[in-house]
Amino acid sequence: MLHDVSLTLPPAATAILGPSGSGKSSLLRLLNRLSDPDSGRVFFKGNDVRELDVLELRRSAVLVPQLPAPLPGSVADNVGYGTALCAREADVPGSLERAGLDVSYADREAARLSVGEQQRVMLARALALEPEVLLLDEPTSALDETARDGVEQTLASLAAAGVAMVLVTHDRGQAERVASGVVELREGRVVE
Amino acid sequence: MSAVDVTLTEVAATLVLVALAVAVSRWRRAELEQDLAVAVLRSFVQLTAIGYVIQAIFDSDSLLLVLALLVAMVSFGSVTARQRAKDVPDAFWPIALALAVAAVTTLGLVVALGVFEPEPRYLVPVGGMVIGNAMTAAAVSLNRLADEVDGSRNLIEATLALGATARQATLPTVTRSLRSGMITLVDSTKTTGIVFFPGAMTGMLVAGAEPVDAVRLQLILLWSLLGSVSLSALIATGLGYRGFFTPAHQLRDAD
Repeated sequence: MLHDVSLTLPPAATAILGPSGSGKSSLLRLLNRLSDPDSGRVFFKGNDVRELDVLELRRSAVLVPQLPAPLPGSVADNVGYGTALCAREADVPGSLERAGLDVSYADREAARLSVGEQQRVMLARALALEPEVLLLDEPTSALDETARDGVEQTLASLAAAGVAMVLVTHDRGQAERVASGVVELREGRVVE
Repeated sequence: MSAVDVTLTEVAATLVLVALAVAVSRWRRAELEQDLAVAVLRSFVQLTAIGYVIQAIFDSDSLLLVLALLVAMVSFGSVTARQRAKDVPDAFWPIALALAVAAVTTLGLVVALGVFEPEPRYLVPVGGMVIGNAMTAAAVSLNRLADEVDGSRNLIEATLALGATARQATLPTVTRSLRSGMITLVDSTKTTGIVFFPGAMTGMLVAGAEPVDAVRLQLILLWSLLGSVSLSALIATGLGYRGFFTPAHQLRDAD
């Protein structure tokens, strides 16, 4: 999917822009080692990701999937899932607030929310881990227009607050509204 | 236990019922005639062969030969279950371990509890039942595991992405698969005696045993099988899920 891609991503908000099939999701999956490249290397803060503890890496660079994938249980269960795995306490209200959800959502069944609300739960679930960088895989592509605008604004305000993120999107407008830098991919190569 | 003589003529006579099956298949064009022929031939050859093997083991009264036969059954059972659960990568060793542990634990316990004497005439048939049922449980639960993993790839990867291990990400999946490996026997144990007569009890009654003895032996076998089937499904799924992942907790691509 990717060929000769050489990139340095700053600790800020970067968008990876490209049409579907351009390899942007594949690139994102290399960053938290959901996949490994056939050749080449990926570094996180100067360290080869293959030499890091993969579970720690995934808690530092947390991926928000394209389609919401809520676990059975309440919103609070979902938000606290990642932290519970590493015996940490989740700040559920704080995470919900940062993801643009009212605290009253905490006790609701995650799977019964609208897709837009579920995607915010995914965002809150990622933020609860207090990651160093958020990896966002087309986080608004499954949403209707209103929900998309809302989530996008939330992402933009997180970026403005200094949260590092890599946003994969096919929407140039969204890339420019959210991110401070844009990398364009086409057919698995970086467009200069 | 009373002995019973069965002549080959009597066996041959039941081919009339096979002929009935062939007739049904022909009449309704089910196209099972060839399979029926193969099934009849294979059952005759395989059972006759194992009959001679068991006779030889009984005559020698050697526990070492019993062990050899059990090892052979575990091996064939593992190969068969592996073929049935073909969508589970690297499933052979989890299955082989599941069958071996189920056989050793179940036979070991029934002997240790004084239910059966450690003699070939008990160990061989009970071992065969235990391994056969353990094989089905392993195959069914692993098949289910493959379906479940395939159907929840998004959820599993989303969970891995939060720092879950492969084991943590597949925990609900593994539990559902374990259940499906156990449920058939649990259900048939519930209905036994009402809806159907299990094989061992039927055999003993036909052979002239007292019904109360036949019933007690059947209970021993059914309850032992519950234990062995649960162990088999537990080990097969508890180790088998690993085949879907790399050591770095990455979900392998589906073929």
